Amino acid sequence: MAQRLRRYWRSLRCFWATSLEAELEYQLNLVIELLAVLGNLAGSLFVLVLLAGPTGELGGWSWNSALVVLGIYTLLDGFTSCVLQPNLSKIVSHVQNGTLDFVLLKPIDSQFWLSTRSFSPWGLPGMVAGLALIGWALVQNGTVLSAGGLALAVALLVAGGLILYSLWFLLAGLSMWFVKVWNATEVLRYTLVAGRYPISAYPPALRVVFTLVLPVAFLTTVPAEALLGRASAAWALGSLAAAAICLVGTRLFWQFALRHYTSASS
Amino acid sequence: MAYSGSRVEMARRKLLIPVQRAARIAAALLSSQYAYMLEYRAEIALWALSGVLPLIMLAVWQGSGGAAAAGFTPQGLGRYFLAAFVVRQFSVVWLIHVFEEDALQGKLSPQLLQPLQPLWRYLAAHVAEQATRVPFVALMLAGVFVLKPGLLWLPSPGQLLVGIVAIQAAFVLRFLLQTLVAMLCFWSERAAALDRLLLIPYLFLSGLVAPLESFPPAVRQLALWTPFPAMVSFPAKLLAGENVDVAAGFLNLTLWCAVLFPLSRLLWRAGVRRYSAMGA
Repeated sequence: MAQRLRRYWRSLRCFWATSLEAELEYQLNLVIELLAVLGNLAGSLFVLVLLAGPTGELGGWSWNSALVVLGIYTLLDGFTSCVLQPNLSKIVSHVQNGTLDFVLLKPIDSQFWLSTRSFSPWGLPGMVAGLALIGWALVQNGTVLSAGGLALAVALLVAGGLILYSLWFLLAGLSMWFVKVWNATEVLRYTLVAGRYPISAYPPALRVVFTLVLPVAFLTTVPAEALLGRASAAWALGSLAAAAICLVGTRLFWQFALRHYTSASS
Repeated sequence: MAYSGSRVEMARRKLLIPVQRAARIAAALLSSQYAYMLEYRAEIALWALSGVLPLIMLAVWQGSGGAAAAGFTPQGLGRYFLAAFVVRQFSVVWLIHVFEEDALQGKLSPQLLQPLQPLWRYLAAHVAEQATRVPFVALMLAGVFVLKPGLLWLPSPGQLLVGIVAIQAAFVLRFLLQTLVAMLCFWSERAAALDRLLLIPYLFLSGLVAPLESFPPAVRQLALWTPFPAMVSFPAKLLAGENVDVAAGFLNLTLWCAVLFPLSRLLWRAGVRRYSAMGA
């Protein structure tokens, strides 16, 4: 087991080192990406100011706590650009061109390979900006986090990341049956924009949708509550359970999908 | 007598033949592109679905303190964002992503040999895609109607007509603006990344995520100096039946197009001279 883990770790380092080298070819992209992150952040803050209005509140959340939610959204968006988008959007073309055969023949878990093969450094500015915004908002809010609270918040953030990964993987994996859904992940990306604001800012019916159907609530609102030191046990447990179910679900889904894979031209 | 008659005939032909030729080309391009887009209707349905942003923003705005402070009525807000949703659906431009691929892989070469400016083909593809979108957008509007019957309204025929013309004008303006950036594909391998930058002011200054009336006066003035409010805010307000200066809005759209069109022609000419057709 330990040896296996070491082998996967070594592969991961190789994967990311090579993709980093390939991506650094395009250095102008860094400037563009920095500008894009800053521009997007400024725009989001501006819209948040407009939404909050003179009361400075959104859905019962104070200005600073709403900023924490926005920070987590920015962080997760950066994570998406770094890992999810460069890897999972390629599954479709692997299925379409039949190159998935080569992946399946490798002596490594195919889900692992498909999920981690590439790494795009262009999401990093977003992740840094998100962390900075979270930190700044917490200091402004005067929140003092205990070690336990911080651990819970980090666990919930990781759970959010895993749920996000599962959603992406599920949609990308659907290409096994429907080759033409390559842009389904784009739909996901555009609807997850809803996570920029605390879930209570939405009408009640949408809150249900954003919790059960498209779990935006678990991605940003629940970790933000933990960071602000007001996590509720029910939501925290729900988030962790959802992450576990999603992760096991993608595994089962992938095994099921592989059984239906017939390769291109056959 | 017969002589002068044939002269009239010749003059008539001189005038008519180019028009007929343009009409034939347009019909051929549009019908072939429409058939092509119909083949990809599942994909287009998903693209249509990815345009839900104005509806999400409507949900947030409705319960926010900012809407009450800016003096929006729930009905006005609902109509504005629903109209913005429709405007966005029919003014989507993805030229740069296709063009980047075509320029990089040399697919542009055969098109350059044809006696037709290749950009017309892309324009026809966009128009055909809009036509394919119609049923999906209608379906989504029907969904909105089922969930919230009070939100939907029927604009008067005049309003609808002016609104559609404004949407198409906004589409042309967006197409021209993206053409400018797409021409950079001749110089850079990753010009599409630049489109991300162009998307930011479009998102925040056009009125797609917040009505311009909610902006602080200084920011609103700044936004109105850019072409972006003409792309969403103006057509959306027309459709929603709000009070807008129709003549000034169209003049604004025309002026921006008049500025961008010659620029894009210049860049195209300079770019094609640089184009080396990958693999040739």
